[in-house]
Order: sequence, then structure tokens, then C-alpha cells
Amino acid sequence: MSDERILVLGIGNILWADEGFGVRVVEELEARYELPDHVRALDGGTQGLYLLPYLEEADAVIIVDAIDYGLLPASLKLLRDEEVPAILGARKVSLHQTGFQEVLALLRFRGCAPSRLWLVGVQPERLDDYGGGLTEAIAAQVEPALALVIDLLTTEFGVTVGRRRFAAGFTAPAISRAKYEAERPAAEEACRIGDARVLAGWR
Amino acid sequence: MTLQTPNGFSLDTSGKRIVVDPVTRIEGHMRCEVNVDSNNVIRNAVSTGTMWRGLEVILKGRDPRDAWAFVERICGVCTGCHALASVRAVEDALDIKIPYNAHLIREIMAKVLQWHDHVVHFYHLHALDWVNPVNALKADPKATSQLQQMVGPDHPMSSPGYFRDIQNRLKKFVESGQLGLFKNGYWDNPAYKLPPEADLMAVAHYLEALDFQKEIVKVHTIFGGKNPHPNYMVGGVPCAINMDGNMAAGAPLNMERLNFVHQRLTEAYAFSKNVYVPDVIAIASFYKDWLYGGGLSATNVMDYGDYELVPGDKKTDQLPGGVILNGNWDEVLPIDPRDPEQVQEFVAHSWYSYGDETRGLHPWDGVTEPKFQLGPKTVGTRTDIRELDEAAKYSWIKAPRWRGHAVEVGPLARYILAWGHNVTFVKDQINDAVGRFNTLAGTSLTPKQALPSTIGRTLARALEAHYCAKMMLDDFERLIGNIKAGDSSTANVEKWDPATWPKEAKGVGTVAAPRGGNAHWIKIRDGRIENYQCVVPTTWNGGPRDPQGNIGAFEASLMNTPMERPEEPVEILRTLHSFDPCLACSTHVIAPGGEEMARVTVR
Repeated sequence: MSDERILVLGIGNILWADEGFGVRVVEELEARYELPDHVRALDGGTQGLYLLPYLEEADAVIIVDAIDYGLLPASLKLLRDEEVPAILGARKVSLHQTGFQEVLALLRFRGCAPSRLWLVGVQPERLDDYGGGLTEAIAAQVEPALALVIDLLTTEFGVTVGRRRFAAGFTAPAISRAKYEAERPAAEEACRIGDARVLAGWR
Repeated sequence: MTLQTPNGFSLDTSGKRIVVDPVTRIEGHMRCEVNVDSNNVIRNAVSTGTMWRGLEVILKGRDPRDAWAFVERICGVCTGCHALASVRAVEDALDIKIPYNAHLIREIMAKVLQWHDHVVHFYHLHALDWVNPVNALKADPKATSQLQQMVGPDHPMSSPGYFRDIQNRLKKFVESGQLGLFKNGYWDNPAYKLPPEADLMAVAHYLEALDFQKEIVKVHTIFGGKNPHPNYMVGGVPCAINMDGNMAAGAPLNMERLNFVHQRLTEAYAFSKNVYVPDVIAIASFYKDWLYGGGLSATNVMDYGDYELVPGDKKTDQLPGGVILNGNWDEVLPIDPRDPEQVQEFVAHSWYSYGDETRGLHPWDGVTEPKFQLGPKTVGTRTDIRELDEAAKYSWIKAPRWRGHAVEVGPLARYILAWGHNVTFVKDQINDAVGRFNTLAGTSLTPKQALPSTIGRTLARALEAHYCAKMMLDDFERLIGNIKAGDSSTANVEKWDPATWPKEAKGVGTVAAPRGGNAHWIKIRDGRIENYQCVVPTTWNGGPRDPQGNIGAFEASLMNTPMERPEEPVEILRTLHSFDPCLACSTHVIAPGGEEMARVTVR
């Protein structure tokens, strides 16, 4: 079905280093590619339950996110359908800690769960760097992840994706990746570490 | 051991300690510890924000006109109210007056956010503290229909067939083993008091609320260019008006779009009037014997005031601010966020350092220097704390005070203040709601008896949502009138260029955010941010003790509440959720298949 509605959803918090991966990949997608009307690229941030309207409208969803698979940092992983919710654990998309599983359950309860679900994930290297951008290794995975998304769109969904002729704003210019990372205050001015107890679990 | 706090609470730590970590169905990360006596009554409460959030510090040196885009990312829910506080702070610092259209559009966006947030909070995050979805399976759809027609006679979806359908869907869902949606429930706990019919009615409205949240957020897309992260702008709003324009994407605001907005606002008004408010009153009436949880709201409440009729004139606030102390509803003290003696933050019990920990700092002079240090009575280790030592530092939240007083903020605080200010619409709403509650419950409570409670907090939120729906319809009429009168201006860019700014400037922006008074303080030097401090509502409510030992709103609200079963903290969650806690989200990675459940430990 060529006109099924597809949502490409980047999630995560750009303020916590590699956590911003999903949003940054979708930012690149939107900046460089012309997408047909039935494909929507969305900066989901950490909006959890508030993303429900967009998920309900979609027949298929491609999520891009930083996920802890316990793999080597910067490993990319592609998952589909039932494999996805198990990975997107309870705290991941955390509007009031309504986990993604709960969002999916809600979609099923209402009879409008997407029929196809993909996840393009990266194993983050660093999260406890508040105000930081993507680490070098993770930044290097933006292009490959983007290529995976484009490949899914074209081969799996038969979408024609063209190069954009004019750059389009996606995230607000102030927090576009280049500006966000370039204008970062110095470490002595702005503490960059997180709470040891909260972060202890992932290290 | 008993400890008397200056603000009138008697803390006894001798009984069993119960630890709830994390507190679920909130935004961000929070832990709560209480001591209960031999009758399982809470005699000591400790509220801890477990997440470092130094948003302020990463803004240093950045362009003040960009700050809104960063603060919009503080958390997953209150995006718009931080962005609005931020642009207001910059406009205050640089003395920028925004056009009337921009004022009205911002007002509509703020009230849509308020309405939306309150509805989502009640049906998705708080209802399960009162409503038992499993019990709804036992309901008689006919009796449910009768209940619906009694409490909300103007709501069209009320037939027995409608409720039977909902019940069948719920049944199928539960039988398929997907109760995960309603997980973490203590469904056989006697703390649940609703008859099955009320449970079924609430489940039906939970589903209807989902449909509503979908529609109403489109208003943000229209005015803010996009959602879930709408655009804001220092000096106005980033949307042009051209009433004859077409509907092409990115085109200016036209009549067709405005009509669409009007329709959404009208539907919102009907929903809060016919469904949300009646639901809260009906549910509350079954909990008439559960008037716990008032805490500080019985004595001290605060808000900065918001919803000016005349832009820039705080005297025209439709929800006027101020402070009420000692439960004296007849006297509202004025609040000035600029006065260094009024709003101050303390860190004696917070994981920050000021050098002198007895001091309070006004936000313009605020310091955010982390110092993670545990007290000697802590049980456990730095990375696995089993019991906190609240005599020492115990939270990542600072303790803000107004002239040294601990106060509660939020819709209930605003409603008590509006009562004190004699705001007619609000007084009528409160009298009507308490009257309907009394009729259903067979009680004769006064507003002053009913409001300072967990139920009162939840009721005030519903009433405020409806007041916002009414006000945004008024704003809409004014917007149309102003545009028709020939004004299409939406931004004032006279001072867009930093070259026009003074070398140094400081300002403050306040917003009546869903969870309470939200304020951002900014200092600008040479066109860049020199200091930025946010004091958000949950800082006021969820903050720890101050150097004098006064406890904050969360801790106070839990005091003296009896628990049915200490190992099932329904009562703790119910009261904490009534504040709609928002502890600013941040990172949250979890291992594959990992499922974070609330851990409850009883010692």
C-alpha cells in the first residue's frame, strides 16, 4: 500500500548527550530529504503519552532512539514489531513514566495500533553529560542510521524519497544540533554530571 | 522521637519506615519515605527529587532570545509554560511590549495547555488512585447510565448500550491479559470506595478524554507552527495573520483556521462542564470520609497571578496572585517576584552548596552548585540508598520560601487566592461544586472545610480547567474583534537586534503553570545570558525542609493520613498525585526488557 501513513519518530532528550540521537537523526532526515505527504517526521522529544495522536494516525511507525541493549557503544540495531516494545522499557518514553508499552497497550485498547513498527536504535556511549551533544562515536552513527531509515522507507514502504533543494527548519534554530553543540558553556561554568545514583544502573 | 516543626507539624520517626521509589505516574523521578505509627497513620514524610536538573547552567552565555527553545525541553509535559515564562522574562528585562494579538494568542495557547494538562492528569494519571477499572466489569450498564444522567445530564453519551460496549471492550482487554495498561494497581485494596457503576463511567470518560486530547492540541499546531514543541518568540508570536489567505501549509492564520480553533475551544468547554467537573464531584462524593491530604493548603498558599485582561497590567489578572498565610482567606498579601526579600531558595537539605547553608538566595542571585552528600543516619550506600537521613541533605530539589514561609502552589492555591480576591466566577464555581458534593454525599461541608484536602486539590484543578475554557473563548472573541478592527500585528521587533539592548538588564517572567506558579529569572549582560534561574511549581511543593525545619507541601500533605495497608501505598500515591508532580524529566535509559515498577519497602 503506497499511501499508508508513516510516522518517523525521533525520541529522547537532546539535553543529555547521546539521549538526543533519535531527534538528531530525524532532524537530518527532515533537513535533507523531501518526504511525500503521507510520511511525517516528528521530533517526539520525551512527550510519551502526548504522542498518542500522532501514533494513532499512523499505519506504520519507525522509531529512532538511543537504547540500552547492553551492546558495545555506538552499535546500531534494527528491530521490528514485537521486538520493539520489550526494548522500549517502562521509563523510556516517559510522560509521567507512562512507558511505551503502556502507550502501545492504549493504542490496542482503542483499536488503532500501527500495523508495522520498526526501531532504529543506537547503543549510547554517554548520557551523564548534561547540556552536551552527541559523543563522537554516536555522532558518527547519525549517517548510517539515517541511511537505515531511508532504506526502510524505500524498500519496506515503497516511498520515493528525494533530496531537498532548500534546507527546512525542523527543531527550532536555537537548538539545531550545530548551534546547540557549538555554543555550549564551559564545564567550569556549567556542571555536566548527573546524579550518580540514577546513572549507576546503566553504567 | 518527635520533632515539632515551626509550621505546626509534629514529626515522629519512631514507627515503621515505608519507602516508595520511584513514585510512579508522575513526570520525572521522585522518592517518598514515610514513618507510620502502630495504627498505620503517617507521622513523618520525606519527599526527595532524585534527579539532577541543572537547566539554568547550560544556558549561560547563550542568546536570551533562544532560551525558550531550551527550557521547552526541561520536561516532557510543561513545554509551553516554560517557553512562555522564558519569553516573558526576556521581554521584562528589555522592556518589550507585545502586540495585543500576540497577547491573546499566547493566552489561548496557555489556557489550552492548562485545560489539556488538567484533563490528561485527571483521567490518565490520577483517576486510578480513585477508580478501580477491574471493578468496572461488575457494573450494571443500566445503572451506570442512570448515574451518568444524574451527575452529568447534558452529556449525550449516556445510554446503557454505550456503557455495555465500553464494558465489553474492557472485558476483552482484561481477558487478553493486557491489564498492563492498568498495571501497578492494588485493585483489592479497601481504599477503593467506588461502586462498579461509577468505575465504569470513569473508564468510559477516560476513553473519551483520549479523543479530546487528540483534537485540542491541534490549536498549538495552528498558533505555534508545530507540536509537540510549538514555537515561541521574544516580542510576540511567530505566526502571521492574513484573514483572506489560503490553507496552504505554513500559510498565515486565516479565518478558516480560526474557525477550526473556535470549534475545538467550544468542545473543550462542553467537556469540562458536562464530563470532567461532574466526574470529580461524583467520585469525590463516594470518598466523603476521606478528607485527608490538605497539608499546607489549609494555611499557606501562593501564586504570582496570571491571565491579564490588559497586557502588562497585573491588576487585571483573572486569576490574581498573592499569598495567604495561616488560613486567613480574608487577607491576600501582595507578592513581588523582584523583591530580594520575598522569594528565596534554601539548600540546607538539598544537594547543593551555598557555602553558608543557612542563607536563602533570591533567584537573580541564585547559585546552582551540586554537592551530593548523605547524612550519617543514611541506611545503604551512595548508589543504593535504603533509607535517607532527612536531618541532612536529602533531595535534588531546593526549598523555596516566601518571606521564610513554606507555601503550597497549584490550582488549589490559585482557587483559594481567587476566593480571597472575590473573583465572582470562581466563587460561584466553588459554591456550586461544594453544594453538589454535599447533595450527593449527604454532608454539609463549607468550602473552607472541603477545599484544603486531596479531593479539594483535584476538584480545584477541574474547576480551573473549566474556567480556562471559558476565558479562552472570551480571548478568542477579542482576537477576532481586534483583527476585524484592522490590527494584524503579531510581533514587536523594535528590540530584536541586541545592539538596541542595554549593557546589563534583568527580568522575570511568571506563568500560572498547570502545577502552580512558575517563574524564570534572567540576567543579561552584553547581549548574552549571564544567569538564569527557574523556580518551578514542583520545587515549591516537593522541596525538602528549610534551615528552620519547616516542611514543604508534599511532606505536609501526607501527615496524619491513615493507610489501609502500608505495603500498598494507595493513599500516598493518591495525595502526591493530587499535586500532579513534575520533577522535570531527563535521561532514562533502561536495560532490555526492563520494566520499572514502584518498589515499596517496609521496614
